[in-house]
Amino acid sequence: MTVPLTHYLALASVLFAVGAAGVLLRRNGISILLGVEIMLNAVNVALVAFARQHGNLDGQVLVFFVMAVAAAEVAVGLALLVAIFRRHQSIDVDRLNVMRW
Amino acid sequence: MEMIVFYAAAVLAVISAGVAVAHRNPVVNVLSLIVTFFCVAVTFALLGASFLAGAQILVYAGAILVLFLFVVMLLNAPTVEGDANERPVQRVGGVLLPLALLAGAAAVLLAVTLAPAAAPVEGTPHALGRLLVGPQLFAFELVSVLLLAALVGAMILVKRKS
Repeated sequence: MTVPLTHYLALASVLFAVGAAGVLLRRNGISILLGVEIMLNAVNVALVAFARQHGNLDGQVLVFFVMAVAAAEVAVGLALLVAIFRRHQSIDVDRLNVMRW
Repeated sequence: MEMIVFYAAAVLAVISAGVAVAHRNPVVNVLSLIVTFFCVAVTFALLGASFLAGAQILVYAGAILVLFLFVVMLLNAPTVEGDANERPVQRVGGVLLPLALLAGAAAVLLAVTLAPAAAPVEGTPHALGRLLVGPQLFAFELVSVLLLAALVGAMILVKRKS
């Protein structure tokens, strides 16, 4: 008995909502980046599930590219956080109001 | 059997993702996210994406989360006082928007009737590799340039001005 596609999509939706809540509700920069990672993973689950539904591998190739972009995003994002921490001694994103009008 | 494994992985993934975004200690957040990523790798394996299941563990649990843990330790496990967001707009929106997303997804998933699934294709390294250096070669090369740019950018961002 295989698991139906909708159950995979339901898992992906719940994971995406959890990640979005983390991005919106936290002020710690590291937690916000973790929320983004959860959202990207949720999308990957949906892509692989659709790839199986359609019986080709294009979705899985797209997941491969999402993983590469996520790795690049984390490297740059964490470098930014380290630079911000050096300047402000804090990674509270609400204190980054230097460029605010 | 497949069902039991899937539901166990799904429940564990959602719980650990909740801990990863809700707990105040960044070290706990990162370690809990490792569990989420392993559970996602399990669902990839169930979906016949064996290469991606391996890549998920290598890239996410192996590289990305080690980088996160390294930065958390480098910044001496920074916590933010009163971490929940203070702005009322963001507080309400941060609860309502994910709930709206969930409601929309639930409405679509309950309403839609799916065509019967096509014959499954195994996502073996061989099959994916044929696609990556065949039809997707340009995107594959672009990703290598993107990773190089991210590498150089990260080094410049953390470099101290002497």
